Amino acid sequence: MVPLSAYVAVSAVLFMTGLLGVLIRRNFIIVLMAVEIMLNAANINLVAFSHHLESMAGQLVALFIIAIAAGEAAVGLAIIIVVFRGKISTNVDEMNLLKW
Amino acid sequence: MVAVFFAYFALVSVAAGVLTVALKNPVHCGLALLALLLHVSGLFVLLNAEFLWAVQVIVYAGAILVLYLFVLMLLNLKTDERYFHPSYLYFLGPAVLGSLYIIMLLLRSPFGGAKGDAPAAAVLQDGDTIAVGVKMFGDYLLQFEIVGVFLLGAIIGAIVLAKTPRTLDEERKA
Repeated sequence: MVPLSAYVAVSAVLFMTGLLGVLIRRNFIIVLMAVEIMLNAANINLVAFSHHLESMAGQLVALFIIAIAAGEAAVGLAIIIVVFRGKISTNVDEMNLLKW
Repeated sequence: MVAVFFAYFALVSVAAGVLTVALKNPVHCGLALLALLLHVSGLFVLLNAEFLWAVQVIVYAGAILVLYLFVLMLLNLKTDERYFHPSYLYFLGPAVLGSLYIIMLLLRSPFGGAKGDAPAAAVLQDGDTIAVGVKMFGDYLLQFEIVGVFLLGAIIGAIVLAKTPRTLDEERKA
């Protein structure tokens, strides 16, 4: 029997990896992939707690998170295509049109 | 036996996550993300969430990741020379220290709480899919409908954003 804290630790490490990816990568597509890593870490957490506390609610929220991740990927990639068409770059440092 | 599988899935998913963030070529990052998603779905199987395993493989690995790879191929990116933020070392140190501290806290903490109404034996009797379905179309019906409307909005938004804008001359002719 694997303890709950082991799952939570894996989820924390994955979340940190995703957060670090959002902070240090400069390619917009990789930043979106790092966001997917963070969503997956949250899913592991939810399902692990759902299993150990014997409730279905965590799995349902994880399903909703997967649906929202699909919407986020679709809209995010559409934004990338729009930006790439205008500036021929996916570098996040060069996207400063809305900067104050 | 479960511990062996857990160790395998956990180690490979963490390694694939690090590779997703660290690799240079965006296509390699996408493939590392694929390995991460498949191994996370393995963790779901260990937690008696077979329906979520299927959804993870079909939706995440099958749909979302293919979307990413399509966009990568469409844009035909050149690999940048400097692909990290210039001051990434300032992020890396605190992140490693902070995650080590959080892991130490998490491994020591006694997690507990009120037990719900779906013990593992009851879920395994009919299967996870039936348990998820009964709960989803009972207590969570409103949220399910809201997610449906949200996905419709996301589809329409993606189409509107990605459509090639018509120039003014074409609009006058039409």
